[in-house]
Amino acid sequence: MKTVFERPKSLTDIPFSYCPGCTHGIVHRLVAETIDELGVEGTTVGIAPVGCSVLAYDFFACDMIQAAHGRAPAVATAVKRVLPDNVVFAYQGDGDLASIGMAETVHAATRGEKITVIFINNAIYGMTGGQMAPTSLPGQVTQTSPLGRDTATDGYPIRVCELLSTLDGVALAQRVIVDSPKNVRAAKRAIKKAFEYQIDGVGYSIIEVISSCPTNWGLSAQDSLQWMRDRMLPYYPLGVYRDVRAEGFADVAEAAAARAAGPRSETSEGGGR
Amino acid sequence: MKGNEALAESAIRAGCRCFFGYPITPQTEVAAYMAKRMPKENGIYLQAESEIAAINMVYGAAAAGARAMTSSSSPGISLKGEGISYMAGADLPGVIVNVQRGGPGLGGIQPSQSDYWQATKALGHGDFHVIVLAPSTVQEMADEIYDAFDLADEYRTPVMILADGMLGQMMEPVSLPEKKTEFPAKPWATTGHRNARPHNVANSLHLKPEDLERMNVERFERYKTIKAREQRAETYLTDDADIVIVAFGACARIARSAVNKAREQGIKAGLIRPITLWPFPVDTIEKSVAGARVFLTVEMNMGQMVDDVRLAVNGRRPVEFFGRTGGIIPTPVEVLANIEQLASSTPAAPAAECVGGGAR
Repeated sequence: MKTVFERPKSLTDIPFSYCPGCTHGIVHRLVAETIDELGVEGTTVGIAPVGCSVLAYDFFACDMIQAAHGRAPAVATAVKRVLPDNVVFAYQGDGDLASIGMAETVHAATRGEKITVIFINNAIYGMTGGQMAPTSLPGQVTQTSPLGRDTATDGYPIRVCELLSTLDGVALAQRVIVDSPKNVRAAKRAIKKAFEYQIDGVGYSIIEVISSCPTNWGLSAQDSLQWMRDRMLPYYPLGVYRDVRAEGFADVAEAAAARAAGPRSETSEGGGR
Repeated sequence: MKGNEALAESAIRAGCRCFFGYPITPQTEVAAYMAKRMPKENGIYLQAESEIAAINMVYGAAAAGARAMTSSSSPGISLKGEGISYMAGADLPGVIVNVQRGGPGLGGIQPSQSDYWQATKALGHGDFHVIVLAPSTVQEMADEIYDAFDLADEYRTPVMILADGMLGQMMEPVSLPEKKTEFPAKPWATTGHRNARPHNVANSLHLKPEDLERMNVERFERYKTIKAREQRAETYLTDDADIVIVAFGACARIARSAVNKAREQGIKAGLIRPITLWPFPVDTIEKSVAGARVFLTVEMNMGQMVDDVRLAVNGRRPVEFFGRTGGIIPTPVEVLANIEQLASSTPAAPAAECVGGGAR
């Protein structure tokens, strides 16, 4: 009998603890498939955040480190510096990455740490029960914005890929969504590219995944997928926000040198180091 | 050599491969020295974006199996509390240096010992301790950090060097230790399993209360071993001492001068200098209780270690305190005046009923 579908080797057999309709499971699988396909399970070290995906250390079969809330990029930085030939990824939610861990995120990115960050943006704090996140949308009702996020007092949601794409250390910043088979396949390609950029030493890579939280959004699994499309995509457009290779550079150092040399150098040959 | 530089060089010789820091007075020489030396040693120097990031980098490097350290001064150590707690919870070794300055808040930049409570009782949230070593000379700045890495690995715990601005900045001759070449295996490290073992996890989360309790009880069993084996203290003229001074770090140097001056006057004073602040050297205190009439704790704070001395003496003798705070270093003359006062006011024989504590 031919096997047509099986669990990736890089996932353990521990059942996911996620709610029905939550997209963490899909993204976990895409990361695990990527690790399998690149043949790097034995040399990968993953960093689990604080939040619903804290238990990622049980689900991924590679070596795992659980980090303090928001500190995954700092932990990943050190692991990669100590073990430069290993593959190091951090898996973080929106509160973890863009609120309490924004300093660590920005600085790991600007240093061009050769790590890969998988950023789950579902516009809400999941594990603590549905509080307003740095990416909650204007008007979005959450436990801590019961009348809807008021931008006059709560400010505006942060577009992480756009923000990070201004930094010279970023090799790849791309936003994807996992709402349909077609988009899941596209997300997989992006995640794989991000890991490949790390392995090739191009620079820091981040894939932002527009994700769902049916439980705290108070929606069915189906309606959550629609909510992602209708509400999140207008504010968070899909796309590639930075890709230094597509811009014709070998790595972030080349791209940064060209940028520092000013607009004139764009007519020269990509700008050397 | 400056104390901070001796400490940094000795750390490298102890096999420290990673230094993560953030600028703060009066420890900046450690970072500057590391920035210069680490690249030559094939090591990692990284100026982190914050103290919080620096300690979490130590956490990551330790999980990856490397000997790693960070250094800071009092306000920065408060920020590192989170990471130190996570290191303790995940049983990760690492070394944290606190070159203390005055507090609370931004405080001042002059030497202080006002982080004693923080270091020995509550370096972060949760049920844990770290081993705390208190150097009192530049030589000890070198020697103690050299041992700190071994202690951290042996017991899988963070270790703190609790120095102060005076020790960090002063210059003294120092004999540096040999470079270590052999290091313990770390089969628990998250280095990538190479498809040769089950996956390793560095983690401090245990959602089931029974699991968390078991982990904490196991850790405290280890602490029992540390208490039994690692208490360190120096005694000076305590054998026949009526008045026993207890002082650590830079303050012990001043206390020692005062003891010498007291002896010149015929006052039988002695000195106990705790080297491990945790575990506190209760055994050394215990040995001196029978012969002593009174204890005098001298600190550069409002009275912190005096609590531990009182616990060790347990009401059997009066325990007095003298200290200066805010970055002021007590003088031998001031300490001597306290000794003289105790010599003239304490009864010749141990009082039958000693009041525990004794006010200032």
